Amino acid sequence: MIAVLKHELRSAFHTLTIYLFCAALLCFVGVGAMYYNIQASVANFEYVLNFVSIGLVVIIPVLTMRSFAEERKQKTDQLLYSLPLKTWQIVGGKYLALVLMFLLPVAIICIYPYIFSKYGEVYLPAAYGSLFAFFVMGAALIAVGMFISSLTENQGFAAGIAIVLFLFNYYSVSLAEQVSSTSYGSAFTLCIIAALIGLIVKTLTKNNAIALGVGGGLGVLTIVSYLIVPDEFEGLLPSIMEKLSLFDRFTTFVNGVFDLTALVFYASVIALGLFLTVQSLEKRRYN
Amino acid sequence: MIQVSHLTKYYGDFLAVNDLSFEIQDGHVYGFLGPNGAGKSTTMNIMTGCLSPTDGTVKIGGFDILEQPEQAKKLIGYLPEQPPLYPNETPQEYLTFIGEAKGLHGKELREEIDSAVQSAGIENVRDRLIGTLSKGYRQRVGIAQALLGKPQVIILDEPTVGLDPIQIIEIRDFIKELGKTHTVILSSHILSEVQAVCEQVLIISKGKLVAFDAPENLEKLLTASSGVTFQVEAGKEDAESILAQAEGLSGWEIKEADGVCSVAANLTEGQDAKAVCGKLTMAFAAKGLPVFEMRTRKANLEDVFLELTESGAAEDAPQDLKESKTESEAGEE
Repeated sequence: MIAVLKHELRSAFHTLTIYLFCAALLCFVGVGAMYYNIQASVANFEYVLNFVSIGLVVIIPVLTMRSFAEERKQKTDQLLYSLPLKTWQIVGGKYLALVLMFLLPVAIICIYPYIFSKYGEVYLPAAYGSLFAFFVMGAALIAVGMFISSLTENQGFAAGIAIVLFLFNYYSVSLAEQVSSTSYGSAFTLCIIAALIGLIVKTLTKNNAIALGVGGGLGVLTIVSYLIVPDEFEGLLPSIMEKLSLFDRFTTFVNGVFDLTALVFYASVIALGLFLTVQSLEKRRYN
Repeated sequence: MIQVSHLTKYYGDFLAVNDLSFEIQDGHVYGFLGPNGAGKSTTMNIMTGCLSPTDGTVKIGGFDILEQPEQAKKLIGYLPEQPPLYPNETPQEYLTFIGEAKGLHGKELREEIDSAVQSAGIENVRDRLIGTLSKGYRQRVGIAQALLGKPQVIILDEPTVGLDPIQIIEIRDFIKELGKTHTVILSSHILSEVQAVCEQVLIISKGKLVAFDAPENLEKLLTASSGVTFQVEAGKEDAESILAQAEGLSGWEIKEADGVCSVAANLTEGQDAKAVCGKLTMAFAAKGLPVFEMRTRKANLEDVFLELTESGAAEDAPQDLKESKTESEAGEE
């Protein structure tokens, strides 16, 4: 794993991506700090992070798009497979490298609240707590972005899909207010989601039986549950959308609450992202 | 060293490898020969753990490639068809990564890299970016990568594809050198290459192993065995009567035109072609009939290949065969 980590870091600094990523994040934070902390004279650095979080929607996919798509395109994935490495070591090494690349600008940003505290009253625990949550949220987004990159050999496609997914996640709370909260509407949408999951499984496994089993099974389960307990479906869809939002949970930290459940949620997303990436790579051997 | 048993691989509904079984011993150069699409690369990818078989097992030094992949992969150095290189790195950085991934550290790593760089002949480019190297050098960097970690088996998938003739000769010589210290398996659709380099040949067609033997033994397999062709200034009947008395011939064909007979005769098995030629010329000379353009025709791997892969697979590879045919013909002249 260390070999992959070192290699990833070394090759990252050979390309422009890491420099662009750091510059973009620092630029966002700089503009935010100037606007909130300096011009508006607000002493809460966490507001800046809240403002910057939409920036992650674009810059995290730029960071993660290369990770596996590029290997596949240049056929270097064959090399990784033939080396005496376990798949989780490859995925772990690449993921740690990406997290360290994200940590680099975050470490620089760490200086900002300290500097501000020299010139006024800054509540440092809230600022650093939010910065920590910001980092963990970024790490969760990286895990998802890396999984998307492992699905394709086209970097642009990987970035595009990740941006759309993150944007949807970012606005999912506002969208939740717009979607139907009736039990019928929720059940109907869940059936469509089940069909979509079946379609994704089919693309991944190229196996109709498994896809039909997963998609059909989830659909039937939804319909049966709806017929048995229709009341439970009342407002289910909006509440799922709110619960799945990575960005919404971050606002809790911005409001000064160090929310451990949110950290557990982020950790679960990271674990799921890494697990799916390992599966996606393993599955490619069976094609 | 390598045991492949009942290997089968489907790509969707397409059967790429069909119940392939063979065993490879230590310390030889093995050639994997077959037309394009015969399943060579697929078999190699399965043997190195890059692909999983639909059925069957591969054991390297007793370790199953699926169940004990780490131990098995440590025994193999693999160069895929397209060398897996990172263009933004120098060979030095690239080899450091591969060495570390193979579990080498510190002094051992440096020594291994130095020796691989030297063996592959890339000392003068080790600090240049791989992206700026020529195809031949990239191939060498790929080979250097396969040599790291002192694997016992080196697997090379079409190592000379896309190289110029000088580079091809260099790589072939290098493979021969490698064969002295390693078990080398190389795949190719170029017959002359396999004939020049390999001690044992596996011919694979439509995913099935159709022959596995030394090239010279394979040639013996042929129904169309060696023969002799010549022209003689004589009538057909005279030629016929002399040939009937000659020893060592199993059959012949005579075409007469303008008082000259063109003869194509087959030798009986185990006959020394030179001795038969000598006796024939003497027999015709004794009758005062001049002989021209006498040549011996030796069955070669190309004939074996064509005969074995002819049943349907040959149409997949006419281009390659033509190429190698002209090559071998040129060689004979």
